[in-house]
Amino acid sequence: MSNLKYDVIVVGAGPAGLAAATVLAKAGVKVVVVERGQFAGSKNVMGGVFYSDCMKGIIDDFPGKAPVERHIIDQRVWLLDKDSFVGFNHKNELFNKKPYNCHTVFRAKFDSWFAKQAADAGALIITRTLAKEAIIENNKIVGIKTGRPDGDIKADCVIIADGVNSLLAKSLGFRKEIKRESVALAVKEVIGLDEKIINERFNVKSGEGVTIEVTGNFFNGEAMAFIYTNKKSISLGVGMVVEDLVKNKINPNDLMESFKAHPSVVPLIDGGETKEYLAHLIPEGGYKDMPKLVGNGVMIAGDAAMMVDAIHREGSNLAVTSGKLAAETYLEAAKTGDFSEKSLSLYEKKKLKESFVIKDLKKYKGVPSLLQHNKRLLQQYPKLINNAAYEILNVNGISKNDKEKLLWKNMKSQIGVSNLIKDLFKLWRNVG
Amino acid sequence: MHALVFIKQVPDASQVRINYETGTLIREGVPAILNPYEVHAVEEAVKIKQKFGGKVTILTMGPLQAADALKECLSRGADKGYLLSDRIFAGSDTLATSYALYEGAKKIIELEGEIDFFFAGKQAIDGDTAQTGPGIATRFNIPLVTYLTKLDEVNLEEKYVVATRLTEFGQETLKVPIPVFFTVEESLNILSHSPLPWLVKAAQSKIEILSGENVDLDKNQCGLRNSPTIVKKAFTPEKKQRGATLTGTFDEVVDQAAEKVAPFLNNIL
Ligand SMILES: Cc1cc2nc3c(=O)[nH]c(=O)nc-3n(C[C@H](O)[C@H](O)[C@H](O)COP(=O)(O)OP(=O)(O)OC[C@H]3O[C@@H](n4cnc5c(N)ncnc54)[C@H](O)[C@@H]3O)c2cc1C
Repeated sequence: MSNLKYDVIVVGAGPAGLAAATVLAKAGVKVVVVERGQFAGSKNVMGGVFYSDCMKGIIDDFPGKAPVERHIIDQRVWLLDKDSFVGFNHKNELFNKKPYNCHTVFRAKFDSWFAKQAADAGALIITRTLAKEAIIENNKIVGIKTGRPDGDIKADCVIIADGVNSLLAKSLGFRKEIKRESVALAVKEVIGLDEKIINERFNVKSGEGVTIEVTGNFFNGEAMAFIYTNKKSISLGVGMVVEDLVKNKINPNDLMESFKAHPSVVPLIDGGETKEYLAHLIPEGGYKDMPKLVGNGVMIAGDAAMMVDAIHREGSNLAVTSGKLAAETYLEAAKTGDFSEKSLSLYEKKKLKESFVIKDLKKYKGVPSLLQHNKRLLQQYPKLINNAAYEILNVNGISKNDKEKLLWKNMKSQIGVSNLIKDLFKLWRNVG
Repeated sequence: MHALVFIKQVPDASQVRINYETGTLIREGVPAILNPYEVHAVEEAVKIKQKFGGKVTILTMGPLQAADALKECLSRGADKGYLLSDRIFAGSDTLATSYALYEGAKKIIELEGEIDFFFAGKQAIDGDTAQTGPGIATRFNIPLVTYLTKLDEVNLEEKYVVATRLTEFGQETLKVPIPVFFTVEESLNILSHSPLPWLVKAAQSKIEILSGENVDLDKNQCGLRNSPTIVKKAFTPEKKQRGATLTGTFDEVVDQAAEKVAPFLNNIL
């Protein structure tokens, strides 16, 4: 029988777990990270825009040598219809100033780099090992069981950061099976292109990047898509809430194919070569779906705690921040050696509450169900807006006044004034 | 007992694609893994160690990140990993690689002692040449058993093994003196699940790096300049059509076959 005993066990080498491990290791804590993948990041997926700010206090002078792709200076939104889109964008030279606000990254490279930083700081990273369940003694979590022979590890505290499916949180009964309407399945394709071609097509210089967030009635108002620029490739993604996939009997690959064939997308990816195809779940339930975050000897961070702000495509920064705060909570608790739920509740009651993580998740807590139950918002409005743009810009001998009347009439017949008022009010209340 | 396993870090084939225009592999962004055949080579070496005692040493040539593959071998029960890493080896084909690994192995004998069993995978999944292992064995001038599927008997006292290998026509079982070089098939063994303490030990271990300076090298046998292999073209072979299976009595089958081939023969004759 082995006696593996550490101060802290971190489950999962994603951004949440690695942030926690790095902070702990730098403070001299004996920490082990248990990761099921071949290496950290091997199966991890995101769009992925990574925000630099969250690395403060974890990695000095980030990004430094971190494997980042392009820093984002131009952010676009498209409301996509069948043959058209209405879009707006914000490009700003301020985003060209260091430190850059955010970069595109590949998680396979990024997470393994992050794991190396944690290891260099003194954390022990164990890969190819599944954490199966918590070991509970006297109503307190004292370690974990892994899928390996001689596989128990003991610790004073366990930080659960095993992502959206969180086996551990489920095994503790902190979380139930994730609801089909609270989780999206996203597929992503990486399309290789010449750096210069990307620069030309997106009107940027080398190193500078563009993001495009896409929604609208093209996807029947039920999917979200994105186009992000990397150094020598473009990442395309489409995600849809699992409930809607099932209801509409849609396969995400078909969504991807139709997206890639859209006349506004084709010229961006033309001549490219598919390099990677990935799929992953995104927890989108938000604040209302968050599980119990603290127990005796345990804290939960990142996707495992459903900390994703879906409308702002933020997840990895919430993961890093929550991981860091869990580590800081451990350091506080270690002063008295009290790792009870009461002592660790500092994590939830104070640290998270005072950070942007909970503030943002709370602010947008109504949005997931609003979008899920009010399909009008992403179906009919984008269509109307696309039609309106076309009508107004298409000069064809009809007076502007008559056009406006026609548009208003369309709005009234397709949506109705009372619905318009309700929708505007709900939108304002949920995102305003 | 001392076993030396030669391993290679390769791109994960399940994620590698071929560029059909140029015939080259697209490796960008593809994670590197331990060549799958060599996982079984390590497993077999560790099995021998568990039975007879002794140690298992691992050697690879490659860039510094190949240390990850060595650590995986340690987590599977090997004792020490050596990485032969130097610019001078860049662009080596199988001739130059087997030379470099031969010199590296001689260094390991100096550092770690005589070797009874040399292991390598039957081939690397990113090149499929199956030449490097035999190249090293030939330089050592020791018996070589390629495509090993079963190690039937190991007798350290009388210094021989009984080994079964795959041939084009079936299997053959050989009695071979030690030291011996094996290149192994995946069917050689079923991988066991390493105990957690092995992984902890591997994660804490240090990989020994050997540079060109550390080994006794003839520079005129190293690297791209001394690699006579030229890749003219790489392509995926066309799928062979599967043959039809005829059933019935002997006479019926003969009749059916004659009907099928007659049209072709008519054309030719
Ligand atoms: C398509 C897509 C696009 C996205 N785009 C963005 C974006 O642009 N910007 C952004 O900020 N966020 C984005 N996100 C969200 C972001 O990826 C997540 O919020 C973030 O990865 C969460 O980090 P985490 O560490 O909590 O979990 P994860 O990154 O999922 O890491 C969990 C880790 O735990 C391991 N693990 C799981 N179970 C076990 C177990 N039982 N034992 C051991 N190890 C285990 C996993 O292998 C994994 O390494 C996107 C997500 C997707 C799917």
